[in-house]
Amino acid sequence: MIPTIPQPRAFGLIYGAYVALFFVFLALPLTVVAVFAFNDSQFPSLPWEGFTSNWFFGEERPQIGVFHERGILRAVGTSAFVATCVAVLSVGVGTTNAFLFNRYEFRGKGFLYVLMLLPLVIPGIVLGISILVFSSTVANGLWEAAEIDVQALRPGLLLVILGQFSFITTIATLVITARLQKFDRTLEEAALNLGANRLTAVRTITLPFLAPAMIGAVVVAFLMSFENFNTTLMLVGSDAPLTIAMFDRLKEGSTPLLNAVSLLLMLGSSLLALIVILFQRRN
Amino acid sequence: MSSANRIGFVLLLTPLVLWLGLLIIIPHIDMFLVSIRERVGRGVYETSAAQYLTFINEPLYIWTFVRTAVMSVLATALTLLIAFPVSYYIAKMARGRLQQVLFMLCLIPFYVSELVRTFGWMILLRETGLVSNLLQWAGLADQPVEMLYNDAAIMIGLVYTSMLFMVVPLVTTLESLDDSVVEAGYDLGGNGLSVLREIVIPHAMPGIVAGCIVVFMLSLGNYLTPTMLGGKDSLWFTEMIYNQFIVRFNWELGAAFGFMLLLLSSLIVWGVLKLTGRTLQETLG
Repeated sequence: MIPTIPQPRAFGLIYGAYVALFFVFLALPLTVVAVFAFNDSQFPSLPWEGFTSNWFFGEERPQIGVFHERGILRAVGTSAFVATCVAVLSVGVGTTNAFLFNRYEFRGKGFLYVLMLLPLVIPGIVLGISILVFSSTVANGLWEAAEIDVQALRPGLLLVILGQFSFITTIATLVITARLQKFDRTLEEAALNLGANRLTAVRTITLPFLAPAMIGAVVVAFLMSFENFNTTLMLVGSDAPLTIAMFDRLKEGSTPLLNAVSLLLMLGSSLLALIVILFQRRN
Repeated sequence: MSSANRIGFVLLLTPLVLWLGLLIIIPHIDMFLVSIRERVGRGVYETSAAQYLTFINEPLYIWTFVRTAVMSVLATALTLLIAFPVSYYIAKMARGRLQQVLFMLCLIPFYVSELVRTFGWMILLRETGLVSNLLQWAGLADQPVEMLYNDAAIMIGLVYTSMLFMVVPLVTTLESLDDSVVEAGYDLGGNGLSVLREIVIPHAMPGIVAGCIVVFMLSLGNYLTPTMLGGKDSLWFTEMIYNQFIVRFNWELGAAFGFMLLLLSSLIVWGVLKLTGRTLQETLG
């Protein structure tokens, strides 16, 4: 079952056909979403009523395009804000975690490492409700103790950011730790010998070495936050990020507007992924 | 540890402890505490197992719980069955550029939101959708066929959504399988089936375990796919958690449900790791 071992022709054909079929299966849903973004109809389904780009640029009812639809634009802004915060926070903490696990030997290290992995095996919806319950316990406690009403602890953007941060940090930590493990410690020692102090050595030698992993982690964290649904659903307040806004519309019935948004999302995330690949190839 | 070293250690430990403590450990303890209390009057609560008793005594709750677990196991098995031949093809049959391109093609769908993927399946499967029209055109159906809102649709959605998390670990482990080992298997008189059973699958075991754990977790905790593709009777356990929290505002029962879901997923992950003699560190790290 490797190319060097002869197999019956029929086997090879069937195998190849199966793999081809698999890729059709992968591409099919995304293709139909993209194609129906251009359907000149109120519904993203057959019959095909002709080509239009109104679902992107249209200014009048009934075909208001993405670029003139305030609700969607605002949701994109909210998502971008949340994703930026989550990316910065999780890569920051991910980097300190990586240094901690890579540079120090201490009691309970193995236990802490397993604890650090746990957010990945907790269902997103459970992460969401546990943070919801805890933050409201704190808010109620503050109210009873000092009559302070902390709105930030009620469902809203702060909780969404914290909720996503709580598990995306694990992924950032794993990505950055993997790179730090490949670092040659003698380079840092050379810097120390040449008179740098520890902080300067890390800043000028280690961090530039880590940069590709950190940038990769920023992009992954940004995309994961942008796409996140489960945790966000439980913590969202009045400002809905894009996935929640689209979900609400989808429940009411869909127009090709949603296809247009989806197509733009696909293009946006492919572009980000491409940038990362190019960036990493250069390094 | 020198004193400068000590300061560095404390500075690096603080974010980790704050993150895990305030966002993971304490919230889960708090959720457990909420789940074991019962409201007896306005603002007055008593510790009791009432929520868990409600869960056990209400057939709908137990039934949905079991159904969600069984369907998640089924989705995991299906994903493995579909992904294995493809991963093997990418890792061992395809060469050079083709190998890279195929692997990239597997990743692309997962750069877009799960919502978009689910939306795609809705367009395909609904009554006015593509598949229904195709069947009518081919003469296999004489009226529109509704393929959405049933368990099969949920299954397709779940398998599709978690495919990547099976393919990537499988390809990674299969790539490290040396061709000469497979050749040796054939030289010693093995055929395709016995080589697969005794060489390829044992070698791919770490990838199979990692993939299965992640896919199972994702299916169990999925909310979008069952909600959008499932019908009225195909309730998912996450939907019940959402209903108790957001619709009914019964946080005590919702927290108990959340805890049951957490318990189930932990038990299964722990069981699979124990059974295969692996650790969480090796599997995820």
